[in-house]
Amino acid sequence: MNINKNIAISESGFLFNPSTGDSFSTNPIGKEIITLIKEEQTLQQIVNQIHLKYAVDQDTFEKDLADFLYILKINHILKEDE
Amino acid sequence: MEKLSYERPIINKLNTGLMNKFGTRVDNTPVTHIDGVPVKKLIADFGSPCFVISERTIRETYRNAVRAFSTRYPKVQFAWSYKTNYLNAVCNVFHSEGSWAEVVSYFEYEKAMGNGVPGDKIIFNGPDKTARDLKIAVQNNSLIHIDHFDELYLLAEILKEESQKARVAIRVNMDTGVYPMWDRFGFNYENGTAWSAINKIMANSQMEMTGIHCHIGTYMMSTSSYAVATSKLCDLLKNIQQVHNVTLEYIDLGGGFATANTLRGSYLQGADVIPTIDDYAEVITSTILNYGFRPEQLPTLFLETGRALIDDAGYLLGSVIALKRLSDGRRATILDFGINILFTAFWYDHKVSPAQNFTSQSEDMVLYGPLCMNIDVVRENINLPLLNRGDHVVVHRVGAYNMTQWMQFIQMRPKVVMIDMQGMPHLIRNNESLQTITAHERMPDHLAQFNL
Repeated sequence: MNINKNIAISESGFLFNPSTGDSFSTNPIGKEIITLIKEEQTLQQIVNQIHLKYAVDQDTFEKDLADFLYILKINHILKEDE
Repeated sequence: MEKLSYERPIINKLNTGLMNKFGTRVDNTPVTHIDGVPVKKLIADFGSPCFVISERTIRETYRNAVRAFSTRYPKVQFAWSYKTNYLNAVCNVFHSEGSWAEVVSYFEYEKAMGNGVPGDKIIFNGPDKTARDLKIAVQNNSLIHIDHFDELYLLAEILKEESQKARVAIRVNMDTGVYPMWDRFGFNYENGTAWSAINKIMANSQMEMTGIHCHIGTYMMSTSSYAVATSKLCDLLKNIQQVHNVTLEYIDLGGGFATANTLRGSYLQGADVIPTIDDYAEVITSTILNYGFRPEQLPTLFLETGRALIDDAGYLLGSVIALKRLSDGRRATILDFGINILFTAFWYDHKVSPAQNFTSQSEDMVLYGPLCMNIDVVRENINLPLLNRGDHVVVHRVGAYNMTQWMQFIQMRPKVVMIDMQGMPHLIRNNESLQTITAHERMPDHLAQFNL
């Protein structure tokens, strides 16, 4: 999985997709996850990193991450590996 | 190293060209306390969900309504509408403020008597009064508001065997300019049946006609309809004076005043569009005062206001059971209460507030209840801060009708708590248990045993 190459992301968490004209706003942890995906971290690596940094248990974060990735996918921000 | 506080990741699509001048977020602070009592403690002590009623708000709302009417008109009497909320503790707050009782069934009549309301301070409305009900109401000198000719004739029959007179009024329905017109209760004004009923009562020496009543609708957003109704009742009063030489004691305008709840489908918030209690009072009292009665003949004004006196005092506390995504990506939040105990969710877009601190992020969502029914929707669409499983929410303005129209469907009804004037919570209705429900069931012998 990876973030679509043409997606522009600002420091403040503003996303723009030039191919559709859609724009989005994400919170700091959302932006952090998107950055980790762009760095080609695996899902387990993302879970581990967030768990180390934030006060959240792994189960909760795994659920939240799955939900977040689903929304990225249906908005054509995230593309699955071929 | 201390870990950073966690907020779940969220991404919202930004829509341009769909501006909403009213904005989206309506709350900037959580509702952590009710009358000084922490919501967290209420839920810990009384469970989730639970209803909470503020005695302070009831009294303040009632006193404000009394002020609005009694500063404009010399003779005003409120009668608490039992059907709106007949929990005994709630009724007794109103009675202790001086309110009579207005009941619409014998069940409610017995409740009012049980609460210690004198029989002659009970107004008996409703279309379903049996011979037994009427007999007892006559003996207790209650005000019987006759709904239809069958009731009128039944009462006449009963009175043949009674030594005392019955104090009666008729319920009148009429065109007040608001449609659909409520014409199923009482006698119609325009087609003359109301006048015909009055003549029949006047011809019966055992009936003492004391007043005249109407209830023009519910959640009435137009004060002018009350002006029309008041004027038509005054017409009847004047005609009775002229034709029968009888001066009635009162006119009863019923209830129907709106509350700040927002009706489903309404573009504007309820609080921005409803008349104030002073608006209603001004229209009704000025219509009577300007009608032309001599001061000594001014009728007492009875009001059976229900919803507008109790809605604001009621809160429903609940918790988030789960979060999920619908097929179109919308967020769905499942709460531990639904339309089973929040019947008014069918009518209103209830205000819902988180009961704990939240971040600046928010998301659109649909709020579902826990019932296995598709219609169990608390809010079709609402923008709230990010909620997590176990979070608590507070639903506002639920004091009217929910605690009388709630249903026992797949779950038991919860506790109801009243916070007194000193900020002390009291349990005023316990939660139901399996035993509450099954105690009324009976098992035929041949079904008592089975082998699987």
